[in-house]
Amino acid sequence: MPGTLRGRAAIVGAADTQVGVVPGVSATQLCVEAILRALADAGIDKSAVDGLVTCNSMAEPYLYHAEAMAEYLQIFPSYCVSVGAGGGTTFTALHQAASAIASGICHTVVIAMADSLRSGLSRERALAVQSSTGHPQFEAPYGAPVPGYYALIARAHMHEFGTTPEQLAAVAVSTRQHAARNPAAQMRTPITIEDVLNSRLIADPLHLLDCSLVSDGGAAVVVTSAERAADFPHRPVYLRGVGEGHGHEHISQARSLTSSAAADSGRRAYEMAGVGPRDIDFAQLYDCFTPVVLIELEDLGFCAKGEGGPFVASGCTGPGGSLPVNTHGGLLSHCHPGNPGSMFALTEAVLQLRGQAGERQLLKAELGLVHAQGGIMSSHSTVILGRERDS
Amino acid sequence: MSGPPTRNLPVSTAETAEYWAGCRRHELLIQRCASCGKHQFYPRMLCTVCSARTLQWVRASGRGTVRSFTIVRRAVSEAYAADVPYVVALIRLTEGPTMMSNVVGCRAEEVSMGMPVEVVFEDWPGVDVTVPKFQRSR
Repeated sequence: MPGTLRGRAAIVGAADTQVGVVPGVSATQLCVEAILRALADAGIDKSAVDGLVTCNSMAEPYLYHAEAMAEYLQIFPSYCVSVGAGGGTTFTALHQAASAIASGICHTVVIAMADSLRSGLSRERALAVQSSTGHPQFEAPYGAPVPGYYALIARAHMHEFGTTPEQLAAVAVSTRQHAARNPAAQMRTPITIEDVLNSRLIADPLHLLDCSLVSDGGAAVVVTSAERAADFPHRPVYLRGVGEGHGHEHISQARSLTSSAAADSGRRAYEMAGVGPRDIDFAQLYDCFTPVVLIELEDLGFCAKGEGGPFVASGCTGPGGSLPVNTHGGLLSHCHPGNPGSMFALTEAVLQLRGQAGERQLLKAELGLVHAQGGIMSSHSTVILGRERDS
Repeated sequence: MSGPPTRNLPVSTAETAEYWAGCRRHELLIQRCASCGKHQFYPRMLCTVCSARTLQWVRASGRGTVRSFTIVRRAVSEAYAADVPYVVALIRLTEGPTMMSNVVGCRAEEVSMGMPVEVVFEDWPGVDVTVPKFQRSR
């Protein structure tokens, strides 16, 4: 029933670990570090946590990851679950955490995700992970690396709507402009359209700089009921809407290559929040590869279907634009440790809505949208966050 | 153990054994629903359109068009490195379903969107696996 979770839960703590290349720190340590920092931000002790949601790590997997983290910390929650929806895991987890709070299963949930893809995986393991992407019988034998699957989407968008390589590159350029203002970002040196087009082709039409980073890092948030949120040191950031959409697992089974279940997740989140795309001040979108941002901008209603390329090329997603996108630098420039990737979009949204984003603080940040997708445009989740509990 | 690096080998299941056996005979088998007549791929125990469990194996025409493609410049693993650049494509079969494959038999740069293609079979030596691929229709 739409409206059920609107204004019911709030984020009262948020923190990132160091990100980028973080050698000598295990994925488990990154996860626990993120939890401890988020608890400190919320001003509470670990004993106050009665819900824990994590995702598994590729570098240091556990059979029951959330239980392993609880055990490490010696906390004994009443709600403890690991979510697995690829990059979409993050906000699926937030959806579940808010539901658990609203239904009274628990009161104070920590969502924590971390991985050590850059430093914690051997080259052999990294190749094996990449090689195992795709349906084991009907896709993997044909040898597409992960960028190859997304290149199929990019090519279809170019063919159907006339999108150009320059417009894809504009996504990477805009994102890097934001990252230049974020001291924590892994890549901060400004780039041009030509830099992207001159970087080596990985899988036509995607160049190296159309692809996101491979990183270490973790982040965590503390979620509680809206009623209890006022008791914490920082201004609460309220969950105004959340929605999911699940279209397929394998790209060869996608009903469309140029539209995605982001349209479903976005519609559900907007309906719950009672707002539309025009009410949104900034968006943190999933940018594992540049074409994904174009399709998300379209499916989430920020521009018409097929207009994503010209929309980004106009500069409106960059600093000072009408819809700043990925103000922290996104997966393309801030960091991308795999499934936890969108946690940094979430913590950045919290900072922006609190007014604590420093040099990159937006002038208007009342309502923000964060979106994540996992697989190959497979599972989508959209969250709308606000400074106020309701409008 | 050392030796040549191995490709990503498809391991058939009870549900797909018929399909892979067909490939070894150089026949492309897909499912057709006896109730509603729709074709589907990959193999399943129910028709995804009408939910009937009356699926039959039929030999596909082996013809289709390129729905999208990419030219892979950096191989997924050592086993594929000698093939670079190679084309990974989504093929829309004449019967309706889409399948992933490689387009072979021409330069990668000659592949185009909507290009008509036909199935060819590639026997992988030493592993008793035959994989359907596609080439430009003659």
